[in-house]
Amino acid sequence: MSNLLLKVEDVGIHFGGLKAVSDLNMEMYQGELIGLIGPNGAGKTTSFNMLTGVYKPTEGVITFDGKKMNNMSPHQVTKSGVSRTFQNIRLFKELSVLDNVKVANHSLAHHSVFSSILRLPSHFSGEAKMERESIEFLKIFGLDKYMHELAKNLPYGMQRRLEIARALAAKPKLLLLDEPAAGMNPQETHDLMELIALIREKFDLTILLIEHDMGLVMGICERIYVLDHGQLIAHGSPEEIRHNPKVIEAYLGEEVAE
Amino acid sequence: MKKSKVFWIYVAIALVVYAVVQFMISSGNFDMYYSNLFITIAINVILAVSLHLVIGITGQFSIGHAGFLAVGAYVSAIFTTNLGWPFPIALLMGAIAAAIAGLIVGIPTLRLKGDYLAIATLGFAEIIRIIFLNIDYVGGAAGMQVDYLTTWTYAFFVALITVVVISNFTNSRHGRACIAVREDEVAADSMGINTTYYKVLAFAIGSFFAGLAGGLFSHNFFIIQPSQFGFLKSFDILIYVVLGGLGSLSGSIIAAILLTVISLYLQDFPETRMIIYSLVLIIVMLYRPAGLMGTKEVTDLFKFGKKSKGGNVNE
Repeated sequence: MSNLLLKVEDVGIHFGGLKAVSDLNMEMYQGELIGLIGPNGAGKTTSFNMLTGVYKPTEGVITFDGKKMNNMSPHQVTKSGVSRTFQNIRLFKELSVLDNVKVANHSLAHHSVFSSILRLPSHFSGEAKMERESIEFLKIFGLDKYMHELAKNLPYGMQRRLEIARALAAKPKLLLLDEPAAGMNPQETHDLMELIALIREKFDLTILLIEHDMGLVMGICERIYVLDHGQLIAHGSPEEIRHNPKVIEAYLGEEVAE
Repeated sequence: MKKSKVFWIYVAIALVVYAVVQFMISSGNFDMYYSNLFITIAINVILAVSLHLVIGITGQFSIGHAGFLAVGAYVSAIFTTNLGWPFPIALLMGAIAAAIAGLIVGIPTLRLKGDYLAIATLGFAEIIRIIFLNIDYVGGAAGMQVDYLTTWTYAFFVALITVVVISNFTNSRHGRACIAVREDEVAADSMGINTTYYKVLAFAIGSFFAGLAGGLFSHNFFIIQPSQFGFLKSFDILIYVVLGGLGSLSGSIIAAILLTVISLYLQDFPETRMIIYSLVLIIVMLYRPAGLMGTKEVTDLFKFGKKSKGGNVNE
């Protein structure tokens, strides 16, 4: 049996009087690909933000790889092995494609500020290693041709791919994808599905995915959690979710009626 | 390999400039007026480049740079004039004091963003100035007598070291982390970058070099007064960075040189000086809103054809 990687116990957060998410319970095992769905405003991205340290949960416990993550800041969360992409693309627009990936590779390098200022050998070897590894990632995503372009000049679909490449460059165990297919056409979505399957295999990743594209979610996720109004309303295999009356009522109802 | 070659070419050019000016000064072709001009240029280049690291690279809009200049100026002056220490050590002490001041100011204020940070740093710079104004040991408002020790050699080499250190810092994983903070702080944090650490680090390094400039500045006149370090001085430095192009190291150097020369020549027209100076700024900002160099460096201008420019991503 694969081991438990992420455990979310009774986690909730409120902003002032507004309860955004409450009693969230999730478990993720090594190697799983799990979907998190729900109507707009259900609290999916808020949950992501709690998992990555952007928000501090006001109740409950998040345990990742045996460590409590509640009070970690985002960079500590990333260092302990959780990396993410953003719903609204948040690339470093004025940096080149290569440098975007290098930034994520940052915490894996060790050369110090002094070695860089004095240009000691450790600076050169460290930077060369970062460059090599970053180009490797770009190659997997077919972005190596554009590595000297500024990130803002890439077409939309490629910016999405670059976000995933950048998240992977931090060498996470758990990858959180926040609507990776948003705004993509069917062909791009299809390519993305293949890409997610590929990187999962290649990097032995565990993936948690927020997505509105039901084809994508039902197609690749092994288990699905459904959120509505900040509450977990259902959990199970895609088949179970598809037939869950609560889910249909909250979310899929409109789609089925279509 | 290639990159380090380019680096040494620039250092060589700088050394030639140094040698020519030094020769002109020692042979008596340049009088005090000109040697002072060159020293002032070097000091302003240090200030511009150090603020460039804070604003242009790390994106933290600090407008209190004159405060750190003041710390460096006073502390180094105390070490030479009152304690009789050698000038280079006094310069270093001033810089270290300024860096510590930078840490003290930076740690609480750098959690603020944008306008709030600007106002906080401006306030801190005023506090520093007023502290010196009220310490009798450094002469209060009447000012402090300082030995004239700054030479072109000191000024030039400190400026050269500043540029090399900041350029080396920028072109490393640490500089990239700072740029990532400037571009998108939330994303940088989520990519494993300790954003607070890098903001404070950039701020402290910037303050350190502002302190070095302060040491050169105070020993270039016979007297320093708190009124020389008011917020107008901070704005002068800010103007070098903005006019040169936010994010461009060579831009801030060029702007610092240009504006120093312009303001010196305009001293002959005291009535219209600020009008002409302001007009220059307005015209540059109208025609080059991103600054003289934009985000480009001088080195980029010699790389035609090597990089494909934007817009042809789809081949």
